[in-house]
Amino acid sequence: MDRRIAEERFFKGLMYVSLFIVLGCLISVFAIVIIKGIPSLNISMVTETPHGGYYLGGGGGILNAIVGSLYLAAGAVILATIISIPTAWYLQNFPRSSRFASSTRILLDIAAGIPSLIYGAFVFLIMVFLQTEASLFWGIITVALFLVPLLTRAVDEVMQTVPKKLMDASYALGATKLETVFHVVTKQALPGILTAVLVAFGRGIGDAASVLFTAGYTDAIPVSITDPVATLPLAIFFQLSTPFPEVQERAYASGIILLVIVLITCVGSRYLSKKFTKYCVK
Amino acid sequence: MTRYSRDRVISSVLFVPAVFSSILLFVMVIVLFWKSEAILSTKPLVDLLLSSSWRPVAGNFGYLPFIMGTIWVTALAMILAIPISLLSAIYLSEYAPPRIRDTIQPVIDLLSGIPSVIFGLFGILLIIPLIKNSVAPLLGINSSGYCILAGGLVLAIMVFPILISLSFEVFQTVPREMREAALGLGATNWEAVKHVVLKKTYPGVIAVIILGFSRAFGETMAVLMVVGNVARVPSSVFDPAYPLPALIANNYGEMMSIPLYDSALMFAALLLLAIVVIFNLMAQYVLMILRKVE
Repeated sequence: MDRRIAEERFFKGLMYVSLFIVLGCLISVFAIVIIKGIPSLNISMVTETPHGGYYLGGGGGILNAIVGSLYLAAGAVILATIISIPTAWYLQNFPRSSRFASSTRILLDIAAGIPSLIYGAFVFLIMVFLQTEASLFWGIITVALFLVPLLTRAVDEVMQTVPKKLMDASYALGATKLETVFHVVTKQALPGILTAVLVAFGRGIGDAASVLFTAGYTDAIPVSITDPVATLPLAIFFQLSTPFPEVQERAYASGIILLVIVLITCVGSRYLSKKFTKYCVK
Repeated sequence: MTRYSRDRVISSVLFVPAVFSSILLFVMVIVLFWKSEAILSTKPLVDLLLSSSWRPVAGNFGYLPFIMGTIWVTALAMILAIPISLLSAIYLSEYAPPRIRDTIQPVIDLLSGIPSVIFGLFGILLIIPLIKNSVAPLLGINSSGYCILAGGLVLAIMVFPILISLSFEVFQTVPREMREAALGLGATNWEAVKHVVLKKTYPGVIAVIILGFSRAFGETMAVLMVVGNVARVPSSVFDPAYPLPALIANNYGEMMSIPLYDSALMFAALLLLAIVVIFNLMAQYVLMILRKVE
């Protein structure tokens, strides 16, 4: 009897230790970036583009990268939504056990697991084939491509949780399949769809590997879709690769800015989904 | 137009984006394969994969250092992450009161939303100095800190959220009555976990681990920032390594200036894609069997 209780205690202790490690890691990620970044965080970081010699320690900020990342992520999320939501609608047309729908879902799951770097390499090959230069446009295409499977599956999962009874009620009133999908399923799934879109936005903002080849890098804020564009993660990466400590410290400060944007997206998605839940049938 | 024919028309319009998103995967494989043909026609596949000489200027493309680098970093990360994540997930699923569970879950979601470059920053600021100044001297090794251990630690932290949230979901599929039956027979909570929950869900747990592996293989930026990037087959965790994603990300700039280099990098991308797809298929297969059993 004693042995069994000791075993219970032992494993419970291990669980506490594990959870402590996980939460401790999260806190230290935040803490170290904030502690190291705060000293060089100032208002010109977010209001100015890099001046001449910025990467040698000159003045300026990383407004180019902040705006660039927002343009890129917003464009990509809009494009990805335009493709993903109709795909999810299409999948709802099939019975939940249908072979076609489930194999499409598996394909999308696999595509969602492919590293974003590969999407970058793929779009880069297309760009070489068309002989065009890296630009905001190709950056948006790349990020949108890797968001499509993620977003489609997330939206599809939310739509699948809509109770069957609700759809039956709609059919009983004479609605067609698609009318039910548009007016009942989509409306009911709206909070979840919003969350999925904002999570996708967060992924788009944070991803560096995919736009490394395709979006280029510039110190100016892009004025057209054919301009190259800087992104925040790459700005951090490049500032960190300089040999000057004061520029590296700016990378830590840029890290704080990126964390803040991701946090706002995260909190915003929770708030919005809560707000829209009141329009759902409970 | 009647409502039913409108239904049919819209349905066929929706077919277009659905096809687009499903064939994307195939298109990528075909394009990468087509680009890799040049390098594949120079030497037999086995020679490419097992040669450790990487000198693009001389036309030597041996992938062994990169493959081994990827395996070392990924395996180390998974060895560190699997027990911690599974135990955390068991706690959240089987032990935690609802209030604690509801507070911790958003935190784990948040962890999964943190951009990889931030984890790289974390590695450079905390883990590298730690290895350089404390761990390596303690073991009598001289290390710059940029090594497999650093990459593995950073990567382990990055796969925590996916391992925890997926295995939590798997544990939740066990009906409550089954646990109650075990507890009713006098089992301790841990015995119920061991003999009922884990026994019932072990295929699912395996699928989760495979998915975690495939996620870890592809992680680029964070690992690239801390792992040292030296193209040599590593022999200890304090050696630097050069994983496949880092190879692609670091060298795309000059790949057009050296003959065959572009093809060699695209073959690296294809290799990575193939590994990830195979691992994903394995996980899906395990999950499919699991569903059939149910």
